[in-house]
Amino acid sequence: MSTTYVGVLELAAGAVLLSAVMTLWRRSVRAIVSMLRLQGVALSVVAVDLALHEHEHALLATGALVLVVKGVAIPALLRRIAQRDPRSRESRPLVNVPASLVFAAALIVLSYVVGTRITALAPSVVTNLAPLGLATVLVGYFMLVTRRHAVSKIVGLILVDNGIALMTFLLTSGVPLIVELGASLDVLLVVVVLQFLMVSMRHHSATDRLTEMKALHD
Amino acid sequence: MLILAILVTSLTATGIAAALTWRPWIGWMTAASSAVVLGLGVGLSVTSLSGPQWALHHSLRADSLSAFMVVVIGAVSLLATAFTSRTMHQELTSGVTTTRYARHYVVLTQVFITCMLSAVLTANLGVLWVSIEATTIATTFLVSHRRTDGAFEASWKYVILCSVGIALAFLGTVLIYYAQLHTSGVAHHASLDWTTVMSAAHHLDPRVTRIAFALLVVGYGTKVGLAPLHSWLPDAHSQAPAPVSALMSGVLLSVAFYGLLRFRAVAVAALGPAFPRALLLVVGLVSLLLATVMLIAQRDLKRMLAYSSIEHMGLLAIGAAVGTPLAIAAVLLHILGHGVTKSVMFLSAGEISHAQGTTEISRITALLARQPTLGGIFGFGLLSLVALPPFSLFVSELNMARAEVDAGLWWAVAISLVCLAVIFAALARHARQMLLGGAADVPPTALPTALPASLTTLLVGALVACVVLGLLTWPLQSLLVHAAQTVTP
Repeated sequence: MSTTYVGVLELAAGAVLLSAVMTLWRRSVRAIVSMLRLQGVALSVVAVDLALHEHEHALLATGALVLVVKGVAIPALLRRIAQRDPRSRESRPLVNVPASLVFAAALIVLSYVVGTRITALAPSVVTNLAPLGLATVLVGYFMLVTRRHAVSKIVGLILVDNGIALMTFLLTSGVPLIVELGASLDVLLVVVVLQFLMVSMRHHSATDRLTEMKALHD
Repeated sequence: MLILAILVTSLTATGIAAALTWRPWIGWMTAASSAVVLGLGVGLSVTSLSGPQWALHHSLRADSLSAFMVVVIGAVSLLATAFTSRTMHQELTSGVTTTRYARHYVVLTQVFITCMLSAVLTANLGVLWVSIEATTIATTFLVSHRRTDGAFEASWKYVILCSVGIALAFLGTVLIYYAQLHTSGVAHHASLDWTTVMSAAHHLDPRVTRIAFALLVVGYGTKVGLAPLHSWLPDAHSQAPAPVSALMSGVLLSVAFYGLLRFRAVAVAALGPAFPRALLLVVGLVSLLLATVMLIAQRDLKRMLAYSSIEHMGLLAIGAAVGTPLAIAAVLLHILGHGVTKSVMFLSAGEISHAQGTTEISRITALLARQPTLGGIFGFGLLSLVALPPFSLFVSELNMARAEVDAGLWWAVAISLVCLAVIFAALARHARQMLLGGAADVPPTALPTALPASLTTLLVGALVACVVLGLLTWPLQSLLVHAAQTVTP
């Protein structure tokens, strides 16, 4: 029982980070969105696995919420954007793909260095996985900084959020449900808002200005 | 009771605005709701002096600090919502907006105000985070209200930057909770309730708390407009309609700062004063220096006001870094003075840019000759903004400087004073251009869109209030001292 529980947890937490790194590797928006769906499902597996082991009903509800919001709703929204967008490829990243993967490896090492300072407070098989969440957060930031496509920026934002959620589950077995509920809804709304902005901008001006963004400056 | 009444008032106004199509009276109705919130906030301030108030099974809580923030939110939103009808009328007649978007505007403004109220009235630090993140969502469409390329760009940058910034604050909040879970004595009833967190604060693990506080400073600092993640602020403030800029600059930044004040108290209890002080000093001074540089060569009126907000937020961070009761009381007075002054400035800047058709400083000329009342309000507002006596910002800056010297941070005071002097010179030069510049070329005729008497009175009244607060702080003295005590261990 116990070994299955830990095995599932390690596998799912590893899948969260792996799918984050894969979003750096793949270029087509469709493939990136699939990775994000995989990540959402893996994240909810982490929550459910922990909930079943620790008999936490609130965390079980959180796991269901994560599955609906991050495994289904957000990927579906992004997929709709990708279908409308004819040029749905990350064509010109500021850092090319092989270099990005090297950076990702460095970020994973960094998050283990920093993460052990956090997990030292209560080392256990569960909390020791927390650096995986931190690494996901850092990969998300890297994506935000180095990718130009609007959808990639949204994906970066979601990676940051998923990484934080993973850390939350592993370190605290979930923050109080009301906070988790609010946080998930906020993320969903942010994605809706960003999608709406993208569509409005495309309607508004003939050119795809998302990659330019140079009207405002000092 | 008062706590619930405040939230219900704001929610009711939101509901009415959402249910009906846009009519000018709806704008006045939201202004009335803001006035009621302000009144109830004053009432709450009085009752909170005798101890914190609770509501809804302890999920809402108001101590003096929350009550004070309700007063600030009420005051600024009264100014901003009083301009709703006028702004919408201007935009509808010039074809910038439609009745549909006018309705969106009113509803979102009310949602925005309600989120800020819930942020300061919640007992839970997690819900505080949720509320502040929710303000981002509500204000995005307010920033893009004008539907120009610039407005869309500003709101896109705003959502991305504020969301990723504030995600760090969430991680910080989670780490505080994690530290509590592994603190002996409190582990079994760990929560994010303010009272629980504070009672456990002295025993939190210092290593985790240090990382958590750094994340919280960067995270909430993004929303406050502190360096290094400040770059959304000038874009958003310059593209949003004037009343929205007033609300964002006047209170939204301060509400996020309120979050920082609460967590600073937790960090000081767990780590001692040195680390929080160093961190806040660095972000405060960097923001102040950055604002100074950007103000010198600023060419756009609304961006000028936006960078001035970064300047004042930097000053707040430096004040909070000192963290003595005197410093925090001065910080709070500064929040109120800045909120009211900056709203007056943004609202009058909105009128100016509407009348003269530009926000470019070099093209705004002879304000005093062409629109004497508006020019006068703008000029006096600017005097208040650069913290000249007798305005309240002078008193609060003086007290912050005193507290900094008492704490041995005379070098920080010296840097701040140099920055403030440079900013004074820069703003004076811009003001001379706008108020008097080119007066000889244009005939001194009044422009057609003069402010109605009611709104003029409101703006003048707000400036007079700043003077009164500067001359005699007695109406607030006990509230400020009391509020400062809630976040100084």
